[in-house]
Amino acid sequence: MPGLLTPEILAAIGQAEPPMRVEVTRREIMKYAVATEQRLEKYLRGDEAPPMFVFGAFRDVVPLAELGPDGIARSSAMPELPLKRVMAGGFRFQYSRPIRPGDVLVSTRVLADIHEKQGASGPLIFLVYERRVATEAGEPVLTETQTRIVR
Amino acid sequence: MVQFETIRIGDTLPGRSHTPTNVSLFLYNAAIWNAHRIHYDSEYTTGVEKHPGIVVDGPLQGDWLTQVVLAWAGDAAELLEFEYANRRACYLGEALRTGGTVKSLDPVKRRVTVELFVLNPAGTVTTSGSAVLGFRPA
Repeated sequence: MPGLLTPEILAAIGQAEPPMRVEVTRREIMKYAVATEQRLEKYLRGDEAPPMFVFGAFRDVVPLAELGPDGIARSSAMPELPLKRVMAGGFRFQYSRPIRPGDVLVSTRVLADIHEKQGASGPLIFLVYERRVATEAGEPVLTETQTRIVR
Repeated sequence: MVQFETIRIGDTLPGRSHTPTNVSLFLYNAAIWNAHRIHYDSEYTTGVEKHPGIVVDGPLQGDWLTQVVLAWAGDAAELLEFEYANRRACYLGEALRTGGTVKSLDPVKRRVTVELFVLNPAGTVTTSGSAVLGFRPA
């Protein structure tokens, strides 16, 4: 079943979300460190954020009414697709410097690519998002490339 | 803490066992602000999304892989790049093991690439990943 990706869907490539500004607190880092069973003191004390802290730091906080029946908020950069089940795909991170309490971070995220593949149990749609995180002063912190798979 | 000069291709990175509980998964999903019901609502998870049980978050397993690298390298190196992919779902109650292997070395740039994995109790890779570390000058 090739050709799931209509011109309307492909037009979403390049779509950018509004920049998100986040103030990082020690307490938020400590919660993340405990929940992920970190062992290094610098993380448990919240002196520095673990490398994957960024995953939660920029998740959308939306009103309850905007959560679907599955509990997931619909992303503003997620086009309407003929397939509905979203699976965790892969992430790639390139780090410039650690995140620390007190950091004021600005994230910009773009839907960089949409493509289709034939999986073992049917068609799969791949959505590729690119996120750049910098301090408010413009110092690069990291880049993140996320692939979401929809089946 | 490992010394760059003693690292060889094929070296094993010590792993850990993680067995998430309802409580630990709740705290993780609260910390990342994730309300997807497959991580706490058993009836919904099996009935609607047709999983055999509560699903362990993919990014949580990604985090464990960074911990394999950081525990091994300590302050001798910094994490420059990290990637992971969730290959198959893991379920509440499973004892999951992490580990890794040194894949390549760059003596000039003092960089090390490692491959990382999470294994389920059957020994199947559920999450795979890799990382590039930059070792500080001796």
